Amino acid sequence: MAMNDAQLERFSRHIILKEVGIEGQEKIIQGKILIIGAGGLGAPAALYLAAAGVGIIGLVDGDKVDLTNLQRQVIHFTPDVGKPKVTSAKEKIELINPDIKVITYQERVFADNILEIIGGYDFIIDGTDNFPAKFLINDVCVMTQKPFSHGGILRFDGQTMTYVPGRACYRCIFKEPPPKNAVPSCSQAGVLGAVAGMLGTIQAAEALKFIIGKGELLLNRLLIFNAFKMEFRTVRTQRNSQCPVCGSKPTITSLEDYEQPACDLHLKEDINENKG
Amino acid sequence: MRIKINGKEQVIEKGLSVAELLIVNKVEMPDMVSVQLNGEFVRRGKFSQTVLKENDEIDFLYFMGGGK
Ligand SMILES: [Zn+2]
Repeated sequence: MAMNDAQLERFSRHIILKEVGIEGQEKIIQGKILIIGAGGLGAPAALYLAAAGVGIIGLVDGDKVDLTNLQRQVIHFTPDVGKPKVTSAKEKIELINPDIKVITYQERVFADNILEIIGGYDFIIDGTDNFPAKFLINDVCVMTQKPFSHGGILRFDGQTMTYVPGRACYRCIFKEPPPKNAVPSCSQAGVLGAVAGMLGTIQAAEALKFIIGKGELLLNRLLIFNAFKMEFRTVRTQRNSQCPVCGSKPTITSLEDYEQPACDLHLKEDINENKG
Repeated sequence: MRIKINGKEQVIEKGLSVAELLIVNKVEMPDMVSVQLNGEFVRRGKFSQTVLKENDEIDFLYFMGGGK
């Protein structure tokens, strides 16, 4: 597959990087990346992956754009309110680069659909907003040996790590979802929009490095930052032999859905209860 | 004695356990923290038995579930 003149020009700032070059850019164009959650993390990740020319971008999200999303979910614009997030994101990606094939999944990930969804992709970006999905993504990726980027944000904080088979997984650090009552609700927590942008952009960079096969990924390292003090730190981690999913005697051998609802689900339930 | 907490030196009382350090450091929701001691994951059930030593490096890693 040779790039045409327009592609050579469009991607010239990548190609000029000796670590990327024509070969790396061609790998990006042939890359298949799935973004789960087209929100705070997924939005910047999708924009940068689209701009980078990733050949196939999958988007998974069951929600519609609402007004509270626009403070940080930069792929969605004011006229998109009410539109499915995957549709809104697909439209922007196609405006950035019409050559990209966007595959949309207007649904949430569950134990019974995630295997089928992730199947064809090279790399997964976790941009979800709840622990059940984050643990499910970790488990399915460990079980099927699929590389992925974990990301989490809260208030002014963000953290991210990358998994490839054989290295520490999310459960090596966080064994199981926190107890339900310990999770602060979204409305209590809040997040600085730019923090989502910082973290989602780091995840996009990890995905691109994985695709071109260059650089050092966040393997066995958890990158933590606090944007309020603007401090960054990487904590060395290691594979935990007692990890319930990737350890020597795994206790989790099939996918399961945790009961803990997503926090925005909580809110909707609360609203409905108030209405009733 | 001196230990490093989240990469920063801190002087703490001798003989503190991980569980006590969480209280001293005002970790509001201990359920929302995962603890690594000298690079090794400490099981939640062992927080009170695990006593800190001089020059230990301990990391409190917080659950962050947001993303949307
Ligand atoms: Zn593991």
